[in-house]
Amino acid sequence: MKRSFKLAAAMVAVAGTLLTASLPAAAAEEQFVPLLAYRTGSFAPLGIPWADGKMDYLKLVNERDGGINGVKIVYEECETAYATDRGVECYERLKNSHGGASGFDTQSTGITFALTDKAIVDGFSIETVGYGLSQSADGSVFKWNFPLLGTYWTAADVMIQDIAKKLGGEDKLKGKKIALVYHDSPYGKEPITLLKARAEANGFELLLYPVTAPGVQQKSTWLQVRQSRPDFLLLWSAGIMTPTAIREAQAVGYPRDKMYGIWWASSENDVQDLGEVAKGYNGITIHNSADHGRVHEDLKKHVYDKGQGTDTDGKYVGTIAHTRGMMISMLQVEAIRTAQEKYGKGKHMTPEQVRWGFENLNITQERLEELGFAKLMKPVKTSCSNHMGDDWARIIQWNGSKFEIVSDWYQSDKKYVEPLVKELAAKYATEKKLEVRNCEG
Amino acid sequence: MFYRENGQFKSTYRADQQIFPIRQDRTFMLGVLIAAFVLVPLLASNYFLQAIFIPFLILSLAAIGLNILVGYCGQISIGSGAFMAVGAYAAWNFGVRIPATPLVIQILLGGVFATLVGVVFGVPSLRIRGLYLAVTTLAAQFFVDWAFLRIPYFTNYSSSGNVSVPALSAFGLPVQTPVQRYLFVLVFVVVFAVLAKNLVRGAIGRQWMAIRDMDVAASVIGIRPVYAKLTAFAVSSFIIGVAGALWAYIHLGSWEPLAFDLNRSLQLLFIVIIGGLGSIVGSFFGAAFMVLLPVLLTNVPHLFGLSISVDVASHIEHMVFGALIVFFLIVEPHGLARLWSIGKEKLRIWPFPH
Repeated sequence: MKRSFKLAAAMVAVAGTLLTASLPAAAAEEQFVPLLAYRTGSFAPLGIPWADGKMDYLKLVNERDGGINGVKIVYEECETAYATDRGVECYERLKNSHGGASGFDTQSTGITFALTDKAIVDGFSIETVGYGLSQSADGSVFKWNFPLLGTYWTAADVMIQDIAKKLGGEDKLKGKKIALVYHDSPYGKEPITLLKARAEANGFELLLYPVTAPGVQQKSTWLQVRQSRPDFLLLWSAGIMTPTAIREAQAVGYPRDKMYGIWWASSENDVQDLGEVAKGYNGITIHNSADHGRVHEDLKKHVYDKGQGTDTDGKYVGTIAHTRGMMISMLQVEAIRTAQEKYGKGKHMTPEQVRWGFENLNITQERLEELGFAKLMKPVKTSCSNHMGDDWARIIQWNGSKFEIVSDWYQSDKKYVEPLVKELAAKYATEKKLEVRNCEG
Repeated sequence: MFYRENGQFKSTYRADQQIFPIRQDRTFMLGVLIAAFVLVPLLASNYFLQAIFIPFLILSLAAIGLNILVGYCGQISIGSGAFMAVGAYAAWNFGVRIPATPLVIQILLGGVFATLVGVVFGVPSLRIRGLYLAVTTLAAQFFVDWAFLRIPYFTNYSSSGNVSVPALSAFGLPVQTPVQRYLFVLVFVVVFAVLAKNLVRGAIGRQWMAIRDMDVAASVIGIRPVYAKLTAFAVSSFIIGVAGALWAYIHLGSWEPLAFDLNRSLQLLFIVIIGGLGSIVGSFFGAAFMVLLPVLLTNVPHLFGLSISVDVASHIEHMVFGALIVFFLIVEPHGLARLWSIGKEKLRIWPFPH
């Protein structure tokens, strides 16, 4: 009895050391970037190019520049299948690997919520480019969250602006009906707060149509749409829900050019199988992720021509989701580089130092030129109080075979977005008893 | 060899009726408890605690709850995710609306509300059984999913429908670090496991089993099906509700109804079937199988220096999982718990098997 117990204890100890020993000790010239991804499950069509893009850019930095000021990037992927508990497991597994994670791009609103609480305690940055909690743009409350480049509120605001422009002015919105067809989850519900504020200010009627996940059953929703005939329709969908919605729009005769998809619902894989059916469907891009830049050529030359690309079929490179993945990694890398400028070039940065880098990003036009992102982005600057940076967006339209950029640059109207950010961030701070940082000094 | 009961004579009813009549079992259990309370917090890394031990314990607790209903009373339920959700949201609502409520009371109140909902959805079991009952419990699943998504009161009008718990503390002690949270969950699981074990071997447990084996015969010998079935639903939902509150509070910290969807119900049913129907220890085996196997399958190739991409690993995991479930059920339809007791039987008569 006694012996078997000792044996068991020894086995547990051996297993423990094996697991820890398999991870190389933190070396000064390495920087670890964990990659949470969903390559399986119902959102995989979006998740695969996204994950490929994130990894491809890290490979590019290692190949082309030899790392960040000589610091090689190491990375490890973890599959979440979009499930929150799997995401939490991934976070726990990866957070302390290789001397500490440089930041988590969770790829999921649910995982973002779960990790936001944990990251405050553990001290890891949560980078949510174009998703996550919209109020986390307020850095004085959300010290560790970075919803860079835009949130669902800025996206919703830009869509309303584009609609107003088509109608000929914001005053023309009065009396119009705008519908929101959304994935019934925190992800889909995020824009409602802003749209309600906008509806009140601009005098349009907001119709809310929730669709139960995963969104293959939408018949009743679209019958309601047919009945109420909204003037415009915003689509907050993901994965299989998007093509289903466009098909249903066709079935009830709703004009596709009155539909606006959020950025996760407007990449090629959502519409290419529909072809002509989706013609006229509008989408929004974070900054200008539908365009191509020199970074794509670099990626081909330094990574894909050497046969090291993540996407072995090569069919995703240059698609919107893949480009967006690269943008996310680029921001991550730039945050590390910014941190190195303060804390020592060519050194390993701790998670706390990377956080400082995220908070003091200053990606100028010249820097974008150097990186090959000049056509894809506008300059971005973050600060203690502004964790989002500058939110630019453009509207794209599917012409039956590819997306075309059809609008000029937009920026969200601070008049509507900022009060909401302040209000809900303050509410969060009181609920969680968080200390609000003073960003004035 | 050493696992033999020769010379252990019971001279009192008390000694004869204890949960572990054989001394070796008692020593072993004591060892397990010491390991769980002392060794694990001392030795295990934070990753092991948070990503393996805590979910394992909470799922074991939920499986014990489901096992009472499915394994002991024979009422098939695929709505356990719903009862977990009720427990989680009810506990959270008490925490938010009456902030003075102590943490343990919040969690137990979550269980109480899960009991109420469980009994309501258990009422159909008085008329229908088997697959038909399974389908009505499925209705519970869909109804609860719908309610927590669409009724803003339950999420305290949260804009996104997501809720999260503030920093936790119980009896003036913080429940925040992995070790504290592990111990908190462990205490719940041990207490509930002992309670459940005692319930199923008492009068009420015999009534449940009589109903399971043949309800008509049971009612002929004087067991009231209404009472037996509804108590099974109540006890089971209470335990599942507490597990749900723990899952939300301790494991996730922030959740949406998706955390308790149909997949969770099916997962629990698999745990119970693989672990062994009608067995408390089987619930632990099943949960260990369910939690550890995916983690092992993802980590083992890395240990041997094989690099396979995460999506391939994930697909392999599904295949291996399916294959193992089929294999286990063919080899031992009564689950891992039965294998365990066969092992013990063999040890007792070793080295002279029949």
